[in-house]
Amino acid sequence: MPRQLLRDGRVVADDWRYLDDAGDDVPASAVGLILTFERWLADKATWRAASGRLGVVLSPVHKVEQLAPDLSRFDLIAAEFPGPSEGRGYSQGRLLRERYQFKGELRATGYVRRDQVFFLARCGFNSFELPAGEMAGARKAFHTFSAEYQPSNDAGLAFKLQRR
Amino acid sequence: MYRYDAMDRTLVDERVAQFRDQTRRFLAGELNEDEFRHLRLRNGLYIQRHAPMLRVAIPYGLLSSAQLRVLGAIARRYDRGYGHFTTRQNIQYNWPKLEDVPDILAELAAVEMHAIQTSGNCIRNTTSDHLAGITPDELEDPRPWCEIIRQWSTFHPEFTYLPRKFKIAVTGAPQDRAASLVHDVGVHIVRGPNGEHGFEILAGGGLGRTPIIGQVVREFLPREHLLSYLEAVLRVYNLEGRRDNLTKARIKILVKSLGIEEFRRRVEAEWELIRDGGLRVDEAEVARMGSFFTPPAYRKLDDIEPASSKDAAFRAWYRYNTAEHKVPGYRAVYVSLKKADVAPGDATDAQMELIADLADAYGFGEVRVTHTQNLLLADVEQEKTFELWRTLQAAGLATPNIGTLTDMICCPGLDFCSLANAGSIDVAKLINERFDDYDYLYDLGELDVKMSGCMNACGHHHVGNIGILGVDKGGEEWYQITIGGAAGADASLGSVIGPSVAKADVPETIARLLAVYVEQRRPDERFLDTVRRLGVKPFKERVYAAPVAA
Repeated sequence: MPRQLLRDGRVVADDWRYLDDAGDDVPASAVGLILTFERWLADKATWRAASGRLGVVLSPVHKVEQLAPDLSRFDLIAAEFPGPSEGRGYSQGRLLRERYQFKGELRATGYVRRDQVFFLARCGFNSFELPAGEMAGARKAFHTFSAEYQPSNDAGLAFKLQRR
Repeated sequence: MYRYDAMDRTLVDERVAQFRDQTRRFLAGELNEDEFRHLRLRNGLYIQRHAPMLRVAIPYGLLSSAQLRVLGAIARRYDRGYGHFTTRQNIQYNWPKLEDVPDILAELAAVEMHAIQTSGNCIRNTTSDHLAGITPDELEDPRPWCEIIRQWSTFHPEFTYLPRKFKIAVTGAPQDRAASLVHDVGVHIVRGPNGEHGFEILAGGGLGRTPIIGQVVREFLPREHLLSYLEAVLRVYNLEGRRDNLTKARIKILVKSLGIEEFRRRVEAEWELIRDGGLRVDEAEVARMGSFFTPPAYRKLDDIEPASSKDAAFRAWYRYNTAEHKVPGYRAVYVSLKKADVAPGDATDAQMELIADLADAYGFGEVRVTHTQNLLLADVEQEKTFELWRTLQAAGLATPNIGTLTDMICCPGLDFCSLANAGSIDVAKLINERFDDYDYLYDLGELDVKMSGCMNACGHHHVGNIGILGVDKGGEEWYQITIGGAAGADASLGSVIGPSVAKADVPETIARLLAVYVEQRRPDERFLDTVRRLGVKPFKERVYAAPVAA
């Protein structure tokens, strides 16, 4: 059974595959492929020319700037959260959306739970790989807070607090 | 003071609901210890030696009398009848039950208080000068800026999982009463080239295992850019700060390893890209925030001289426990939380309620927490100080020692904290017992003693004129002594005088340090300045010349 994930607020079957999941066999083109960062770097020209949808994993130590010139080739970026204290992905998400105008799927992978999704969404993430038991809680968690103090990707408010 | 609007209220209420659900999931076994730890820490809840410890935020140290009454009521109902005021202007409860914490938070929310981001690796409570708005030497009241930072940093989506905790202090006067040079970021209100007000921004200060004085990142920042600049500093830190080693994760280590020039270059480069985005603080917003901190309705009074009273005890108290006020006829009054037999910074429920009543009667209903762990009634009419003193004295809140040796800063130590190596409260007690002669204390003059029970330095020992650090030596509590530290605008780190000393020998060690000072000082020279002039050597020689008599 394909992985379930929360995308744009709905639980859906994942239509992407991590390349490692499938060994080196490149599956049918209907399934998007998510490359490791290293694999992308090692063979950019081939992947650029390949048909089909392409995604890449961004780990906390990778720099968004390294991907920037090639962003238009990607339909998905999966930022990795190795554990509950990892926080670099939040900055990476905002940079991708706000500075580099990335319009594709921005996915949180790794340690992702309902308690993070409110903040992740505000940093531009729209897709979340969650344990099955977290799906229902996570859908509600988008509404944890009904207001916010900062302008951000999802709100676009100016800090001058026009809200008031 | 700042008052919540509907949105602020909604946010704290929603936070209570969120934390109630997180606690329920933990108690139901849906979250394991480690998962819950990451969540509870973002809400000020530690699991301590005896029980959970809950740290409640007091933004920049400002409380209304109604809030202080609720703090007292919480101490009585959920704790053992007292609370502990901290060096970062917060209050800690040492004995709440985990399952009661959501209810405590709900009671706090009802008076516009919370425990949001009082622990964990996020932006903590912004601290400030406890004399803000009333001190004659002030360029501008820093509190509106503190509130602007409080709002920007509350639930900041990008900076909730930083490499380590992050503390900001803001001051608006040349004399630094907020220890801003030992904060992750210090914000100083300064005058710009055309006389306009803006900010000097420092970064990389901190205590703990590796004490470092903050360095200037930017000499002058136009004020509308405060938040975008802070955001740039935080983004560089969030992406570049070390996460592989907890003891090297603070921003001070990043600044140190990059060097201030390279750190500055990165911050400025980031800032250039975001400075004109949505974070600009416009003048209307500055004015709106300023309107919450306008002066109270002072009466037209002349300065009088209450210290000419015949009562010598009152005169001493007035001299040490009150401070100059910029409005004629008024005085700022310290409510001392340093008493020989009480842990520094502790106040009972009854004391909190009494102080709230006194704030209503004498101080426009406001109370402040100082970073030296005392309380302050900021706006007291000089002619009422005598009756106020009598009431405070009866309640054990008038120890006339502000700024002297026994006005010690002290962490909770081994008695409460699971991190501590050694007790600090009982050492404070020993020092109090030894130095109970006020004539001697007053003769010594300004003297800052700070004590921490471990390397984490919650008692700021590195920046004490005399610093005392608890260390574990073969399972016994020993104490390392430093001298020459200072926390103000001329901040410096103390130097270790030599091998650590046993608990019982701490008072005698201090007595020997002070003997050298008394012999060698020049007229009107402070202990700190004598140490700076002479160096550690003569002090060290005296302390270790002979064993301390048993």
